[in-house]
Amino acid sequence: MSYGSFVVMRDINARVKRGEVFIIMGGSGCGKSTLLREMIGLKEPTRGDIYYDGSPFWASPPEDRQKRLRSFGVLFQSGALWSSMTLAENVGLPLGEYTELPESDIAEIARLKLALVGLKGFEDYYPSQISGGMNKRAGLARALALDPDILFFDEPSAGLDPISSRNLDRLILELRDSLGATFVVVTHELASIFTIGDHAIFLDAGTRSVRAQGHPRELLLRSTDPVVREFLTRGDSVSQPVVPPPVI
Amino acid sequence: MSEATPVSPLTFRREADGCFRLALSGDWLDRAHLPSIEIVAAELAKGGTATALAFDTTGLGRWNSGLIVFILRCADLCQSQRIEFRVETLPTSLGRLIALSQAVPERADAAITLEQPQFLQKVGESAQGVWSGGMGIASFLGENILTLGRMARGQAQFRGQDVLLAMQECGPQALGIVALINFLIGLIMAFVGATGLARFGAGVYVADLVAIASVREMGCIMTGIILCGRTGAAFAAQLGTMKVSQEIEAFQTFGISPIDFLVLPRILAMVAMMPLLCLFADLIAILGGFLVAASMLHIDPGLYMHRTLDAVSLTTFLLGICKGTFFGVVVALTGCLRGMQCGTNAAAVGQATTSAVVTGITTIVAADGVFAVLCNALKI
Repeated sequence: MSYGSFVVMRDINARVKRGEVFIIMGGSGCGKSTLLREMIGLKEPTRGDIYYDGSPFWASPPEDRQKRLRSFGVLFQSGALWSSMTLAENVGLPLGEYTELPESDIAEIARLKLALVGLKGFEDYYPSQISGGMNKRAGLARALALDPDILFFDEPSAGLDPISSRNLDRLILELRDSLGATFVVVTHELASIFTIGDHAIFLDAGTRSVRAQGHPRELLLRSTDPVVREFLTRGDSVSQPVVPPPVI
Repeated sequence: MSEATPVSPLTFRREADGCFRLALSGDWLDRAHLPSIEIVAAELAKGGTATALAFDTTGLGRWNSGLIVFILRCADLCQSQRIEFRVETLPTSLGRLIALSQAVPERADAAITLEQPQFLQKVGESAQGVWSGGMGIASFLGENILTLGRMARGQAQFRGQDVLLAMQECGPQALGIVALINFLIGLIMAFVGATGLARFGAGVYVADLVAIASVREMGCIMTGIILCGRTGAAFAAQLGTMKVSQEIEAFQTFGISPIDFLVLPRILAMVAMMPLLCLFADLIAILGGFLVAASMLHIDPGLYMHRTLDAVSLTTFLLGICKGTFFGVVVALTGCLRGMQCGTNAAAVGQATTSAVVTGITTIVAADGVFAVLCNALKI
């Protein structure tokens, strides 16, 4: 991964299992979001490829990539709702583009998706008329529009208060269990990492590589790497025994 | 809020054990200047080598960041002269701030190292920038041609209501400014023409002058420039803001072409509106010219209308409309191009807007020159 001659990260090798919540964590500027952009087709890796179901993404023809993109749902850091459309139109647009459904069915599905994320009754609101947390949830509803196999979240907790952040974590777990979808989440929020993560990789800006990977709680309890431990304990104390937060 | 008072003079005392004690007294709130570290260096050099630098702060009043900077300079001086720096002789709060400012090492891991490039590197990077800029424009034009092809086959992904919205923005909402500018242009052309032509008794030809100049050149070029500053800039700002808020990336991740969805409606709107705006601009400019001709030269309205219709051929009229439509496409393309090329911060939106206007106006004027040469070659 690089921007021009500046190498952000190299030798990244990780496997995401179907149905798990996969966390990409690390300090600011370590390349988490860049890795996510490469996974969702927004930036081509300098070398290597991303494999989905054993097929390379970037080496495949553009038509196949387009088809693959329709199995993705992406929640951006800012929500990235289309500001000129209502919430229902935001959710309904991908359905209108990729299905033959009549308008009335699309509107019904959009209402359902918004209800799933707790936004029943807000269908006709514009993104500017709702709060940041609601924008995030509406972004999630849009990401769910095409019933994706994989959901990618970029810093889902950014800009949210602790309660909203915790509710979003609960929603992610609920959707993982009910939809059976795979989640790839970029975050450095420790509470979220321990609450929702099934597997995590730790990107280190210093060595520009994957420094550790495994279950977040296992990493916290068993990792002997001081950099990983410092990150997972917020640098409070490396020597003190660490108790992971309870599962919600 | 207290008034800044001058920094108190420093006093020095050399102690028996070789320790150099610096007494800080009074208020250190001066924002104009700090005592020079050279004074301390000069005092240290007097009377043999000092072993340590300590502070006497019993007379120290209120202080601000200036004192911390001065003490840090003292610390640097001690380090360079291998003298012990006794930070513990400072008040606790001051000592803590000094320790804090020295505790965090500069992080270099996640930042790009800025190096002063060599001349050849600068030339190479500039050439690369020009090349990649050119490729970016070519790629954008290519994508638009593909989008037009998809639209012709009925496969382009865009909403009709977005076209109507853009039409309203670049059409009816621009009527006021288009009318004002073209009316003034008509007035000015007629006034300049009237003062010159009246001397030769050819005042009636003011109608010909205004009609041909407006319909063939000024109507379309002025409307193009006005829309470039108004609508082209708005397009760049809209798309730039969407880039900043990741809305364009959201289209891409759904496999929806942003060119189809965002650029095509704006181009279609401009193509639909520019001929009408040019026609409107021509009529308004002619009206402006008529007012001057009627008031200054007392030309009969019927005669003025007759001369106007006589002067403007269908070819001249269509040439003006075609040029205007082409300028409309230029405005839409440059506005959207700069918007899509926008960076991801607020300042980049301003740069994109400025760049859209500059690129648009330059392209319109250059294209008009090319049209003039072509028309001359084709005897139009």
